[in-house]
Amino acid sequence: MNYSIICYILCKILDFAALFMALPCLVGIIYTEKAAWSFAAVIVVCLAVSLAGRRFKPTSKVFYAKEGFVAVSLSWILLSLVGAVPFYISGEFPTYLDAVYETVSGLTTTGSTILTDVEGLSYSIQFWRCFTHWIGGMGVLVLILAILPLSGSYNMHLMRAESPGPSVGKLVPRVKSTAMILYGIYILITFLQVIALLAAGMGLYEALTLTFSTVGTGGFGLLNTSIGSYSTVVQTIFIVFMLLCGINFQLYYLLLIRKPKDVLRCEELRYYLGIVFLSAALIAFNVRGFFESAFQAFHHALFQVASVMTTTGFATLDYDVWPEFSKTVLFLLTLLGACAGSTGGGFKVSRLVILWRCVKNEVSQASHPRSIRKIHMEGHIVEEGTLRSVQVYTAIYVLLFLVSLLLVSLDEFDFVTNISAVAANFNNVGPGFHMVGPAGNYSQFSGFSKVVLMFDMLAGRLELLPVLVLFSPRTWRKF
Amino acid sequence: MQIIIVGCGNVGATLAEQLSKEGHNITVIDSKSDVVQDVSNNFDIMGVPGNGASYSIQMEAGIENADLLIAVTDSDELNLLCCLIAKKAGGCHTIARVRNPVYSREINFIKEEMGLSLVINPEDAAAMEIARVLKFPSAIKIDTFSKGRVELVRYRIEEGSALCDQSLKDISARLKCEVLISMVEREDEVFIPGGNFVLRAKDEISVIGSPKNTIQFFKKLGVATTRAKSAFIVGGGEIAYYLACQLLTFGIKVKIVERDRARCEELSELLPQARIILGDGTDRNLLMEEGLPQAGAFVALTNLDEENIMLSLYVKSISKAKLITKVHRIAYDKIIGQLDLGSIIYPKFITAEIIVKYVRAMQNSIGSNIETLYRMNNDKVEALEFLVKEDSPVLGIPLQELKLKPNLLISSISHKGNVVIPRGQSVIRAGDSVVIVTTLTGLHDIKDILA
Repeated sequence: MNYSIICYILCKILDFAALFMALPCLVGIIYTEKAAWSFAAVIVVCLAVSLAGRRFKPTSKVFYAKEGFVAVSLSWILLSLVGAVPFYISGEFPTYLDAVYETVSGLTTTGSTILTDVEGLSYSIQFWRCFTHWIGGMGVLVLILAILPLSGSYNMHLMRAESPGPSVGKLVPRVKSTAMILYGIYILITFLQVIALLAAGMGLYEALTLTFSTVGTGGFGLLNTSIGSYSTVVQTIFIVFMLLCGINFQLYYLLLIRKPKDVLRCEELRYYLGIVFLSAALIAFNVRGFFESAFQAFHHALFQVASVMTTTGFATLDYDVWPEFSKTVLFLLTLLGACAGSTGGGFKVSRLVILWRCVKNEVSQASHPRSIRKIHMEGHIVEEGTLRSVQVYTAIYVLLFLVSLLLVSLDEFDFVTNISAVAANFNNVGPGFHMVGPAGNYSQFSGFSKVVLMFDMLAGRLELLPVLVLFSPRTWRKF
Repeated sequence: MQIIIVGCGNVGATLAEQLSKEGHNITVIDSKSDVVQDVSNNFDIMGVPGNGASYSIQMEAGIENADLLIAVTDSDELNLLCCLIAKKAGGCHTIARVRNPVYSREINFIKEEMGLSLVINPEDAAAMEIARVLKFPSAIKIDTFSKGRVELVRYRIEEGSALCDQSLKDISARLKCEVLISMVEREDEVFIPGGNFVLRAKDEISVIGSPKNTIQFFKKLGVATTRAKSAFIVGGGEIAYYLACQLLTFGIKVKIVERDRARCEELSELLPQARIILGDGTDRNLLMEEGLPQAGAFVALTNLDEENIMLSLYVKSISKAKLITKVHRIAYDKIIGQLDLGSIIYPKFITAEIIVKYVRAMQNSIGSNIETLYRMNNDKVEALEFLVKEDSPVLGIPLQELKLKPNLLISSISHKGNVVIPRGQSVIRAGDSVVIVTTLTGLHDIKDILA
């Protein structure tokens, strides 16, 4: 293990943390809040520590897959710990653990909160909560790759460890240009949503913060009712941008280089949109009695489906009171998640499609034992290695889910609360059902459960393996 | 530049690494997906698995926007087809590796008709390199600049040489030659020496100057500068054939030992002036019987790296012949270098080097003004040749007044074809070509030498 280069990357993370916090600090200064001081203090400490750390130059450039995984997981943990400090010292969060939970939830774009009253927070703290979604959405290491002149082979190891999806491809030969394109698209979408919200009559502060929450598919809101008290037009803007950010960003690149045909041919996109509209239609039919018009029913059904499927976690109403069928559909969508290569979390549509085709193959293999069939996806044969990684991913996914469920159940809450809490955190959605439903929050959980849920959020965002590598003793052995 | 490389063997991978480091955007195509995976994990490049001669695969690799396609698969036919399709699909420059002598003989026709920019025959290239070394056997390697007007000769100082324990200042005062010792390698470390630097035995020095002056320098030192008079070649492959052709035209006597009878007969038809011997090259008696100790040069060209190295070590112990050893596996070049075997020839490396040189020249026409670039000693040192443009900030200032970066040496200035070894009062004028030796990397323009 090359500690010096990991230390170097962590110092860079501190620099970026300081840079990111400058924004909420500015917000605090504009609104003349005391919280601005807590941000300023953390910025100074970050820069000082990073300056001190920079005296240890990386002694060797050795950087393999192992270092990539460890660097990514440690970066996220460090960023969470540092990002939580202003929450805590501003005095607006009860304990440091709660502050860390909130930051992890923000960075992993989960959006589950331990706060009972969101509206009581100061402007700068609200801003930082939402901004963590934006940082975590595309990933902080991708940003580092885009900006810093890291040369050599090791950037691919970093990129692979942080990007979501069964197989990570580059858009262009260089990692740096790929990262820049991804962030360019990300910033463009952010910009478009801010413009749309401003046009719909929202104030700048509100438009910015809610946009950060949407494009990162996070889900922190400014009001206790989440998005419920906004107009239908604004809610529709949210639906559109949530769905856009749940799509693989590679497709936007294809649009930019004028290959729209390839976008239409994308199988994952078709399944994704198909699932969204089918679920919305089913739920709308199921809940038609709750609303005055069919349009209203469909609008709210679609909002909830888009919010849960893209793992954002906004809500326009308390859907915990909906019939069991609708809730079950939403729960299944919680598990499924968005497209690979998007800012959304979850199991990913493409994995489900590949897995479904594996099952189909096995069944046909049983009746025709000598038949040989390859699995296709997006017009290509799925490599043996990708297939295996999808299957193993599924196994780890289920195992981690069950273990977390067992650990969280120590708190003696009801089964629906526990299972939906684990599912919502593991898949970076945010709200679950019952006590942790859209109207509830995670404040009642014990410290131990919160740590378990934090682990789940990180594991879910980083696609399991990096976090498992970090905690595997083998990683740290010398030989 | 956008470059597509088809075929990801040793040459393909070496090219991908080199060109990617030099700032080009590389996409590799190979039919083996695990190889593609491996290469794209190790270097900052993109990989596309598939048949490189397929139009759709080339489109996927972005042939429309590519500036250059390099086809270096195992098959000549595939390489040529790749280039043909790339030419039609993207209109880019194309480079093909073609090694079959049947095609090689007609290569000009093929190149012309198919619009190839460069065709490279690795065996021929390797033979050329060997022949160049044999012309001046004392050198380990000779690189040339300014179309051959400037040479960089690498030479290892022997025990008891006149250079031992001398400072560079004394040497230039004593020998009065228009040459410059621009780089010294001592046990893995590389120095850009100043006047007070003291040389030791076993140092590897690089002497830069015009060919006439470098020869004179070595003559004054008492180092043999005449070419080898006879060459003993073990292994009668294609390299041996091309090498023998060249050596015979210089009037060097050639003996080839080959174990396959049919190949021997073929060689004797092709090379009536050479002596072809049927036998096992590792048979000591045979080598002695054929007068190995009297040979001026020994070239080990069998297909087995191990055999070549063993043979050279053996010959080193019994004679003073100039040794040339062919090695295919690049990975262990450092260890082999420590064996002190004289010149080691890596055919794959030579192929890659020629292609890289072509790419640099191509880029030159686009922006940067590097004429030639050599990377030496495991990429620790670069020797670069710049063409100085009219608006350069270094014009007309005596060198002693220029504030240069450390670890950098202006090694020669060619002005209208005259090679000058720079002194403190020398000035650089527009249109000059200047050779810089440096341990820094990433110089793109002559102005980058200023601190």
